[in-house]
Amino acid sequence: MTDVKREVAVDTVSLTVNGAAVEAHKGQLVIDAADNAGIHIPRFCYHPRMKSVGMCRMCIVDIDTGRGPALQPACMIPVADGMVVDTLSESTKKAQDGVLEFLLINHPLDCPVCDKGGECPLQDNAYAFGPGESRFVEEKRHFEKPIPVSDLVLLDRERCILCDRCTRFARDVAGDAFIVFQERGGQTEVNTFPEHPFASYFSGNTVQICPVGALTAGPYRFRARPWDVEKDESTCTSCSFGCRITVEASRDEVIRRQGVDLDPVNWGWMCDKGRFDFDAMNASERLRTPLVRDGAAAREATWSEAIGRAADALRPALDGGADRVAVLGGARLTNEAAYTWAKLAKGVLGTDNVDCQLADGLPPEVVFGLPRATIDDACADGGTVLLLAPDIKEEVPVLFLRLRDAVLAHGVKVVELTPQSTSMTPLAAASLRYRPGEAAVVARLLGGGDGGGLSIDGDVSAARELLRGATRLTIVLGRPSIGESAATIVDAVGALLGGFPDAHVLTVLRRANVHGALDMGLTPGLLPGHVTIDAGRDWFTEAWGRVPAATGLDATGILAAAAEGKIDTLVLLGADPIADFPDHQLARTALDTVGTVIAVDVLPNASTALAHVVLPAAGPSEEAGTTTNLEGRVLTVAQKVTPAGTARADWHIAAELAFRLGHDLGLESIGGIWDEIERLAPSYAGLTVDIVRRAADRDGALMPIDEAQLAELDGARVTIASQRHRVDAGSATAANRAAAAESQEERQADELAAEAEQSDDEGKGVARGASTSQARPPLLSFAPPATATELPAVDAYGLRLVVSRTLYDNGTLNQHSPSIAGLARVACLRLNPADLARLGLDATATVEVSSVRGSLTLDAVADDRIPPGSAGIYTNHEGADPADLLDVHAPVTTIHIGTKS
Amino acid sequence: MTITDAKPIVSTRWALDDGHTLDRYLTTGGYEGLRAALRRPPGQVVEEVKAASLLGRGGAGFPAGVKWGFCPPGVFPRYLVVNGDESEPGTYKDRILMERDPHQLIEGVLIACYAVGLAQAFLYVRGEMALAQERIATALNEAYAAGYIGRNILGSDFSVDVVLHWGAGAYIVGEETALIESLEGSRGMPRLKPPYFPAAIGLYGQPTIVNNVETLSNLPWILSNGGAAFGALGAETSRGTRLFAVSGHVKKPGVFEVEFGVTTFRDLIESQLYGGGIRGGKDLKAFIPGGASAPWFYEEHLDLPLEAGAVGKAGSMLGSGAVVVMDSDTDVVKACHRLVRFFSRESCGKCTPCREGTGWLEKILRRIIEGQGRPSDLAMLLDVSDNISPGIAWPPRQTTICPLGPSAVSPIASALLRFREEFEAYVGGALESSVEVRGAAYGPKRVEVAAT
Repeated sequence: MTDVKREVAVDTVSLTVNGAAVEAHKGQLVIDAADNAGIHIPRFCYHPRMKSVGMCRMCIVDIDTGRGPALQPACMIPVADGMVVDTLSESTKKAQDGVLEFLLINHPLDCPVCDKGGECPLQDNAYAFGPGESRFVEEKRHFEKPIPVSDLVLLDRERCILCDRCTRFARDVAGDAFIVFQERGGQTEVNTFPEHPFASYFSGNTVQICPVGALTAGPYRFRARPWDVEKDESTCTSCSFGCRITVEASRDEVIRRQGVDLDPVNWGWMCDKGRFDFDAMNASERLRTPLVRDGAAAREATWSEAIGRAADALRPALDGGADRVAVLGGARLTNEAAYTWAKLAKGVLGTDNVDCQLADGLPPEVVFGLPRATIDDACADGGTVLLLAPDIKEEVPVLFLRLRDAVLAHGVKVVELTPQSTSMTPLAAASLRYRPGEAAVVARLLGGGDGGGLSIDGDVSAARELLRGATRLTIVLGRPSIGESAATIVDAVGALLGGFPDAHVLTVLRRANVHGALDMGLTPGLLPGHVTIDAGRDWFTEAWGRVPAATGLDATGILAAAAEGKIDTLVLLGADPIADFPDHQLARTALDTVGTVIAVDVLPNASTALAHVVLPAAGPSEEAGTTTNLEGRVLTVAQKVTPAGTARADWHIAAELAFRLGHDLGLESIGGIWDEIERLAPSYAGLTVDIVRRAADRDGALMPIDEAQLAELDGARVTIASQRHRVDAGSATAANRAAAAESQEERQADELAAEAEQSDDEGKGVARGASTSQARPPLLSFAPPATATELPAVDAYGLRLVVSRTLYDNGTLNQHSPSIAGLARVACLRLNPADLARLGLDATATVEVSSVRGSLTLDAVADDRIPPGSAGIYTNHEGADPADLLDVHAPVTTIHIGTKS
Repeated sequence: MTITDAKPIVSTRWALDDGHTLDRYLTTGGYEGLRAALRRPPGQVVEEVKAASLLGRGGAGFPAGVKWGFCPPGVFPRYLVVNGDESEPGTYKDRILMERDPHQLIEGVLIACYAVGLAQAFLYVRGEMALAQERIATALNEAYAAGYIGRNILGSDFSVDVVLHWGAGAYIVGEETALIESLEGSRGMPRLKPPYFPAAIGLYGQPTIVNNVETLSNLPWILSNGGAAFGALGAETSRGTRLFAVSGHVKKPGVFEVEFGVTTFRDLIESQLYGGGIRGGKDLKAFIPGGASAPWFYEEHLDLPLEAGAVGKAGSMLGSGAVVVMDSDTDVVKACHRLVRFFSRESCGKCTPCREGTGWLEKILRRIIEGQGRPSDLAMLLDVSDNISPGIAWPPRQTTICPLGPSAVSPIASALLRFREEFEAYVGGALESSVEVRGAAYGPKRVEVAAT
């Protein structure tokens, strides 16, 4: 924990629990105080991340507040000085017996065939606290069972004990109140309303928090018993939020993921994509064997042959041809694999044509060069958040849950600056729509500048007042639409920082480990650890033997060069530019033109189909290592199963390729790689393997590591119950982090000076040698662009295009995940009802959408989330893709609509 | 016999066929109380009501003036919610008040709003009471048209709006926090306590006074005749007059207004003025003194006065003023089952002991009546009751969210412990239970109570 210092100020009260003196925080509930004292009070409805409802009455214990002991629910009563709690009294036991007997009279005793059997709170509590036998001889309650409440979740109403956990989660946490109590008394049931399924991105959480087997997940039903399941703690890599999870496997196959309560990150929640998309790794289409292509058809090959072919294609880079080699992708990799690939690409091949983002991200100086905020910084009491980001519910869903809670329970004010309404709009204190490409115009207005006479949808002055009055401002920054260039967002950031120089930035880039891959230098112009090529040239040349001569091309540049025949060999690290690059025409031309495409991937896709060499890689849970989430928190990922077929770990593939090229990367294990990262990458200095491992049992290691975090690494993970009170204004860690970064640089300088004195320090390898002769290079920082991006004018009939994502789409992983695949939607053209009327279209019209680049046929739908003058098309949906309309070189795309004859 | 010649206060227009119309109301002293109130500052109106020692007539018997004082000062808006969700079995006094004298209630509402500074009142009327609903709606329209409700009432600067809301048929909505939930559009389920009183946090999170129909109907008289005149009637803490609904095996069931605190149960049941005695000249077996939730009384309790303190001391309550009489022919096992079935069906399902326990009790009783009972069932009835309401005490020790669960225990403890031989006859064996029962009215006949 980074916020150890503020714990001191909390008031404590003293009470007695079962005769023992217990200290508790003022306002803490008796049930939490007892938990902390190691005294377990049984419970069903109580969940520390949700409001107490006191409904199950299981936690009733004798509480004496001076008027004699009385049976009271421990989940409802806050501690008080001098309170005497007895969880073992005769009356408590009688009440517990009674409640358990009541709960079991209508509960089917089908534990032997119930998924929950073996990990069931009702079963456990019945054994530990129940009467042992039921006196109930009557007929139990009957319902049709199971009934699907959503595509992924099934409900057995007979097993339900009506604890209100799922319904409360749906209403209070997710804001999707689609499952509710119906009927009354003993006939009460949880159900959906007719024709309204529990269509929530978070429905799987209800399965996890259900204290009985009433809610089960389709993908897990009847597949395993808890005692057959092996589980390891890991981190979800479906997006960059970094939800802590358990990966659970049986017979060498992942069968379940569950959320782990990591206080600074996910609070135990997950989105359904992260929870269920693991089954894509078990798909029959999974790449299990290397493929090589001679002419049109690909054939299976041995690793030896495939690696040989790949090495042959890369070899010219060693002899002056570095500029004709490029590497795209890498955001799927672990930090260790990303580092290994960066070392291969930049240190061996010498190319800087490396980009882990596919023109849908932000430049690294924006990601790392600004004071960074944590998730807690954004969500702590009384803060203000400026959202210049995509719809976070669609791209980093659990951040939506955290921010929703921050707004509703912690008084956080959200100012939204987006080209279309998002899931956060109803929660925002001020919501401003900007015309695609013009974020900077509104940003300048917010900062107090001149708006150039543009009309803006929303109350700018109210938003400006909110931002000016902010004591702690976090900019949640991402790409609101990939239909506008990153440059337009960078302009806006520059303008915002001009107005609010104390703001901190939390970047929401969607791809799983994009922040880690950027850290490791999988981006043009940078070397591992946030240093530019020029700044780190000497340091890394000594360590690696070689660094690229100059800043190379980004993804757009690489594909453009490839299309012009300037790239001979293109390595795709889990990247599928054909489907995923915002400009389809460019991506297709590029891949058709490149001499050799080497794809390292887990599943076949449109780009692997064009590749000349396909190297099957280990997928999530098949490769150990670390991942870095969007706030810079380093979290471990576990290997739980063996890779499919002959698939290999990504870092292993890089090392093997280097070996074939006559270079030994000197990297032989995950730990060894991390040692080198810690030694060489300046932003990771001090974060040793040992610290990473110890932090994995706690909250992960937040970069840069500071003394407070190191001090807290001993001992067990702090329970949520004990620290909920700490979500307060004082929890802002941004300032601490900035201070830590400074002191880190000083520390490094001291270390270097000390090391420099040890002149004959041999046997520590090349890297250590480097550190003795070179000063660690300085870290990257952001400078606002000098000139703003110029935008083309829009004619009266044109509409600016907004391109955004939804959680479920036709992404490769989604397509191959049986659980998720069916949830993708069909593409459509979303228009404001006013524009629809203006164009004389009815709501079901099929229209021809054209840009300078191309045209699409789509059904037009009315959608008031799109402001007038703009048009929205989701990317990667069934049918048509806006990437066919986009010119990635243009800052914005204007479309025209014609009716389909 | 302690029947007094106290004049009725709230039932004066019941005999009139057009007592519910504004015209008749005005010719019989209507809206004079409101005029009297408006002539004084609101604080004095509160004092007048306090002087009357008017106890809430809904069931809990809390002093109305004191309840008004629980509103946190300076927090506005505040609301008045009128609890017209009269559903306690045997209780039908509020229905008559709403059907036969709606303007009296409206006038009471206006006086309360003026006294406490309430800008809006919500009249929550039980869904099944169609006539009451219709008469109140008509009366509200008349009163609005005549300037008694709305802006600047009677030319003063006092303004108030009254909203009529129709309930959806749940007994528990008579519990004030469940009523507020229902009024807000949620499921009618009681709120968790604390906060104990909606006066602090009530409707839409604002301070809210919840008053019973009969309570408010007393206000016009109190304002016209003075709190002291009201307080001069009755005895002990039970002042004024009170409506009692007598039902069951009496010759003349009905709602009677009697002087509170002095009239006895015997008067109510046996006097020709009221119940007229047991039907067919039979003997009394038992009677419920205050609605289905109340522990039963027997012949030794007949001479107790209708006074809250005395009845409470004897182990039951006056509750909602419903006296249900059972004659010597009554099958108490079946009677007990009927009452428990009511509570089981009306349990809202929120907390476990009530949701599961009341249903289980009902099933056991039904099994006993159907001849499938076992001797151990009798002890089980008591033990399950003990698990719903620990100690089977009176007043109940509540471990459920609201008193509905413990209410279901009252008829079981009353019937089973007083008439155990009838239960034993059903199951063919003796009741053997170690459950300790603590309620003054529970158990076999106690001579000392009868001597009082």
